[in-house]
Amino acid sequence: MTTLTAILASLQRLDRRWIFLAMLIAVLIPVLTRVTYPETPTAMTSAVFNKIESLPSGSRVLLPLDYDPGSEAELGPMAKAVIRHCALKRHKMYFLTLWPTGLPLLERNLRQIVEGEFKEVGLKYGVDYVNLGYVPGEAVAVKLLATDFRKARGQDNTGTSLDRLPMMQQVRSAQDMDLIMAISAGYPGVKEWVLFAAIPNRIPLGMGVTGVTAPQMYPYYPNQVVGLITAIKGAAEYETALAAAYPDEMSRLDASGIQRMGPQLWAHRLMIVLIVIGNILQLTRGRGGRK
Amino acid sequence: MQRIIPMLLTSIVGVIAIASYFVPVAQPFQDRVEEWFLIVAAIAMVLGAASLLLHHLKAISNQEAGWGYSAVTVAALVITTTVGLLKLGAPPDLKHPELAWSGSYLAEGGGAWWIYTYVMSPIVATMFSLLAFYVASAAFRAFRARNFEAMLLLGTALIVLLGRTSDGTWLTSGVPADYPLATIPGLNVLIMSVFNTAGQRAIMIGIALGVAATSLRILLGLDRSYLGGD
Repeated sequence: MTTLTAILASLQRLDRRWIFLAMLIAVLIPVLTRVTYPETPTAMTSAVFNKIESLPSGSRVLLPLDYDPGSEAELGPMAKAVIRHCALKRHKMYFLTLWPTGLPLLERNLRQIVEGEFKEVGLKYGVDYVNLGYVPGEAVAVKLLATDFRKARGQDNTGTSLDRLPMMQQVRSAQDMDLIMAISAGYPGVKEWVLFAAIPNRIPLGMGVTGVTAPQMYPYYPNQVVGLITAIKGAAEYETALAAAYPDEMSRLDASGIQRMGPQLWAHRLMIVLIVIGNILQLTRGRGGRK
Repeated sequence: MQRIIPMLLTSIVGVIAIASYFVPVAQPFQDRVEEWFLIVAAIAMVLGAASLLLHHLKAISNQEAGWGYSAVTVAALVITTTVGLLKLGAPPDLKHPELAWSGSYLAEGGGAWWIYTYVMSPIVATMFSLLAFYVASAAFRAFRARNFEAMLLLGTALIVLLGRTSDGTWLTSGVPADYPLATIPGLNVLIMSVFNTAGQRAIMIGIALGVAATSLRILLGLDRSYLGGD
């Protein structure tokens, strides 16, 4: 009993640097051991996957990647998974970003996935994919893109006129897209795509968002958006669905979402343990106080 | 006059924007206004940068408290802008290797790319990563069932925390499929899609009504706070 009291007393005075150390270990070990855990796709993630899967090959998919390095760890894996899916389905991909700091990440995705992993497939710039680059104007840019691409941005990221790109010949605006798959970390982002593009023009819209933003987006599902991929867990679920549908192709590619769920799982476990210990301390202190 | 003209401009543009939703004839005006917005926004960005620069130069000049941070801000602004505008270190475009400035300012290997990759990205990513440590510490110290409301919040948080990992599925894997609400993932879905959605809808409708009321006050000239005065 005295030992227990001593432990509780020492926990009451616990220096927060021990908690920081515990969090570091909880995250570091899964990162180093590369341990993974099984994921089951939820209805919202599956809805996005099924929509992209059900589109006929060659469909037009607009891919706004509206996030910066601060959210890359959370949104990067889902962006990768969605791009891979579109490339596997041979959809025509129209990339852009509403975030000035998102452009290098967009370019890196293009280099690593479209021009790297799918190099053998021979996807051609201007025919199978295009980088429209950074489109300034935030919410107004979305509205302009929904009515006329050329008013929002007359050139692609390399400065080539959109009229000279084969895949832009039949495309006037986002209304010509078969799907908008917006991945966003905040403003401007998915909400603007819902309000100014998807709803007024009845364009199917899929969303990929951070864990913090997700609760605000639930009211739009399923009437305004086809589905929702949420944070790393959503990315891991998407990768699971992708691996099930394309086992041969995905076996040679990394699954960063599934990998990152390991540290997240252990961090969540630590948080739960800390909350429980904190409440036990609260309970014992309360009783002590009443005595 | 300094206030009347901006007020009139605001009202006219606002009325056009609203009318275009209901009157098709007004749509071309709305399109034109949106194009102008992009130009005005670009000018505003330059004005904003100039204002930022002046503000911090003044702080440095007067040696105000924390002027060192102002010096860092000014240095970052000047260096980033100069490197980007002059495309310092940026390799030329492969199609035009003879033209030194033909490449993108953000081309791999260039100065702006280097600043983005080795300065901005690690700083921003580190800031977000630190949250995990502070949230863990806060969870231990502050997340306690002190009253009924706190208990509700705590219970919800634990279900959502577990529901966001494979542990939640594993812990209730023995529950028959006919009873999804008896599983942690099922409870997680219930919390997010019913209670959360209901709350979010209420907030969204409230915000929308507030925005409509404020917009109307601005269009009618009753709210002039955006002009920097009363």
